[in-house]
Amino acid sequence: MRVRSVFAALSLALSLAVAMPRAIVAQQAPAAPRDTLVVTPEGLRAGAPTKATDPALEARTSAVASGLRCPVCQGLSIQDSPSELAQQMRSLVRDQLAAGKTDEEVRAYFISKYGEWILLEPKASGFNLLVYALPVLLVVGGLVFIITLVRRWTVAPALSDASDASDASDRDAADGDENSTT
Amino acid sequence: MNRTRAFLGMLIAIPLIWLFARGMGRDPRDLGPSPLAGREAPGFKLAVFAPGQETLARPAGDTVRLESLKGQVVVLNFWASWCLACRDEHEILSEVARLYVGKPVHFLGVLYNDDAASGNKWIAEMGGQSYPSVLDPGARTAIDYGLYGVPETFFLDANGRVAFKNTGPVTATVLHRVVDSLIAAAAAAAPGVAPTASAAPVGAAAK
Repeated sequence: MRVRSVFAALSLALSLAVAMPRAIVAQQAPAAPRDTLVVTPEGLRAGAPTKATDPALEARTSAVASGLRCPVCQGLSIQDSPSELAQQMRSLVRDQLAAGKTDEEVRAYFISKYGEWILLEPKASGFNLLVYALPVLLVVGGLVFIITLVRRWTVAPALSDASDASDASDRDAADGDENSTT
Repeated sequence: MNRTRAFLGMLIAIPLIWLFARGMGRDPRDLGPSPLAGREAPGFKLAVFAPGQETLARPAGDTVRLESLKGQVVVLNFWASWCLACRDEHEILSEVARLYVGKPVHFLGVLYNDDAASGNKWIAEMGGQSYPSVLDPGARTAIDYGLYGVPETFFLDANGRVAFKNTGPVTATVLHRVVDSLIAAAAAAAPGVAPTASAAPVGAAAK
């Protein structure tokens, strides 16, 4: 029994460990940018319009920029980073959108320069699917495991009261050779 | 019984531990070769702010186009006056560029997130730079080359393709090895044509 509960705890911990990193990344404080800061973060947070402000264009720029990783930061998007390079990349995003490129084309441009690493969220295709599927699979697997264990723990005593023989055969069928020596 | 269970547990645990350990051991900045490797180098048209010296000099204010350098090997070094690591490689770059005078190779510095005055002051402090440097307003060319930081050095072959990227201070060994191999490759591709440093076959190189 003790072995089983250890396994249950272990599988739960693993599911959590896989699910956690994303939350941790999201919480990270803005790292000090490696290159020099020219504009104050306050001015940037306020939007700091450098060109004639078009709300629709700004919204699209923010949306695309939020999905692109700042190369000189840790886990920050170029939308959130006050570093100079991030701001320049953001202005490039705005210019490309203003020039008529689609959101996807702008993302493709950055991928062609920096690789898929530049995307804060990996594309859900190919090998990357594992990142999306594994936490779900582990949580589901862990739940199934726990439910089965709890059921067995609660049902088994009742059965053993009724008939020792049927209990033994039930357990053997469900549980392999675990109880054959007891 | 317990052995089977332990075996199954290990079957699950070991790959997971291995995966986490690998992830922990990786440098998040080390992304392997540039995605640009082997592809056509992004074009640029940038103004010279630091002229360089002697035969390699180009007047300040002159515009350097990448297209005009086709047929030559190009060494593109991104640097800044606020970059400490750039101090380590400065003398080596300047020296090696001087050694290759007369060979079909063109050295060019690109100033990254810095201004011309600081750049020129830095060059003077460092005792001059043999080859010219250009300004990159808005870091557009830097982003075009997928720059993470400075210094980074890109080696373009005679066909204008990105052949190699060096992250961090470049060494004389790397400079010689890469430049020599690219010059040799260019010579092998066009055996009849004697390569010259100045006259780049601008029209001949189909884009």
